[in-house]
Amino acid sequence: MSDPLAAPTIEKPRNQWRDVWDQFTTHKGALVGMTVLGVLLAFVLLGPFLWHEETLTTTEKIMLKNKPPSARFPMGTDQLGRDFLKRMMQGGQVSIAVGLVAMMISIFLGTTVGVLAGFFRRLDGPLMRLTDLFLSLPLLPLLLVMVMLFRDALAGVLGPEFGTFMLIVTAIGITSWMQSARVVRGEVLALKEREFVLAARSIGTPPRRVILRHVLPNVISPVMVAATLNIAEAIITESALSFLGLGFPPDFPTWGRLLYDGVSYMQQYPERVMLPGLAISLTVLSVNYIGDGLRDALDPRIRGR
Amino acid sequence: MLTFILRRILTAIPTLLLISLVIFFLVDLAPGSPASEIPLTVPAEVRAKILESMGVNDPVYVRYGLWLKQFVWVEPLNLFDHFFGTTFAEGQQRIISYQTRSPVFDMIVQRIPQTMTVIGTAYLIGIMIALPIGIYSAYRQYSWFDQAGTFFAMVGFSVPTFFTGVLLIVIFSVKLGWFPSIYDTTLKVEDWESFLKQARQMALPVTVLALFNAASISRYMRSSVLDNLGQDYVRTARAKGMSERTVLLGHVLRNSLIPVVTVIALGIPSIFGGAIITEQVFKVNGLGAALIGAIHANDLPMVQTLTFIFATLIVTFNLIADILYGILDPRIRYV
Repeated sequence: MSDPLAAPTIEKPRNQWRDVWDQFTTHKGALVGMTVLGVLLAFVLLGPFLWHEETLTTTEKIMLKNKPPSARFPMGTDQLGRDFLKRMMQGGQVSIAVGLVAMMISIFLGTTVGVLAGFFRRLDGPLMRLTDLFLSLPLLPLLLVMVMLFRDALAGVLGPEFGTFMLIVTAIGITSWMQSARVVRGEVLALKEREFVLAARSIGTPPRRVILRHVLPNVISPVMVAATLNIAEAIITESALSFLGLGFPPDFPTWGRLLYDGVSYMQQYPERVMLPGLAISLTVLSVNYIGDGLRDALDPRIRGR
Repeated sequence: MLTFILRRILTAIPTLLLISLVIFFLVDLAPGSPASEIPLTVPAEVRAKILESMGVNDPVYVRYGLWLKQFVWVEPLNLFDHFFGTTFAEGQQRIISYQTRSPVFDMIVQRIPQTMTVIGTAYLIGIMIALPIGIYSAYRQYSWFDQAGTFFAMVGFSVPTFFTGVLLIVIFSVKLGWFPSIYDTTLKVEDWESFLKQARQMALPVTVLALFNAASISRYMRSSVLDNLGQDYVRTARAKGMSERTVLLGHVLRNSLIPVVTVIALGIPSIFGGAIITEQVFKVNGLGAALIGAIHANDLPMVQTLTFIFATLIVTFNLIADILYGILDPRIRYV
């Protein structure tokens, strides 16, 4: 029995992000994508704590090379006797890190260019021409060229692993910001004419603060969608570079690199190609589904229904 | 319309010039020296002479100017000579590859047929798969077919081509042995038997690329048909008692193809880029393979020329898409 004297329950004012979340959970694909991505992230991040690789001497490694999956090595060993499960975990960490960092660079560039072009009329022309120019560059060939040019130089300064990492994320970042810049510019152009921006301007708010306080929070939805799609794209691009032999050094695994290494042994040990390939595909697929769900959830026209 | 086309072509020229500058100077920064290709047993003075004959000692703007002149003037002249047997370009220096010491364009001409047969077929097949799927998905929106089509498209552009390629090789050439995994470039199609052989070696790369292209085109087709199905003219056509077949294939299809045709035109250059990976997977000796080979061998003229060709393709097809849009859609009038 409920207490009759209790105050009538007033429905709490709903937070906007609650609404977004509720809409998001109605998208089945996005939920499945979220679960799959969660499992993959757990595998990659928590896996190394749960699975301890045996320390083997070189002789033991040579004896244990190319073993099929067993209780001792759940995914078998590779051609140098290394535990493939461990390599998959490490590779996943790098692949996902590349995706995240490259996305941040590309979103930062895209939002900056988009906001500047949309907000300041004088910058609009030049910045949009620049975007068009970047869109007509052949990106994959240029990425390959950039990696070829700067890999050794950067590796000398920052060390082979960190240098390659920085090079690859920067290269992917500066070749993938154009879409988000265009989207953001469009949004800003529309927002600029709205009353709240006019109000802020009329009380003398300097442009910098108008942008940071009034414009940027309102372009967050399209930016978030672009960000998820950028992660997926960056992971694919990195794997493609690794696959063409222009990615990370061989002893520094990424899923793309593992796939590339596995191709030489494809006939005898197809699982070494399948596992990294599946991991890349599942990650990208689930990120894309999450992006799809986010797009629906963040669209106020769809959300109410 | 004519003024629009002219203006678009005129603005494309500075864009291309700028792109050529970016590409030339970026590639020119390459640390590897062309001298590294010359054997160490060659005496120093001979080496210096070889380098001088390659023109690497000139200042960078001289080399850029020369390369640009060769690209836009000497090479087209050579092509003209090749077709009409004239000798306009005789004695003019051509773009020379560091790897083979032969003109870059000779190598490109050798490589184009492989790329074109594989990519061209794949793109055509991709379109032929995508259009019916897109139309039917839109017509029966939210049906199981539509859901399956959405899933197929999502998988199509999420799974990278280097994985689908390797997957198909493992299944169809390693396990089943139906198709060869390596593309034989020397195969000449002369009779029925060699044609079958050619078809079999093309099957896997074409499938990979066709699925990848079909994924995105079918999405565009679906949304375009959906837009049109809600229009008044569709209701009018139905009210007049036209069969669904006529409404869909006669009225809706023609209108919804307008944006899709431009998307198809825009996609052609990006296919060449994507084909770099597929060519690598199936060892097709095409343009993409030439680019990768040149990058590994530090063959700067080859890399610069190929990359610039890719850029020219992109700019050209952007232009074509714009013009097509104006021709196909009478509502759009450029001023």
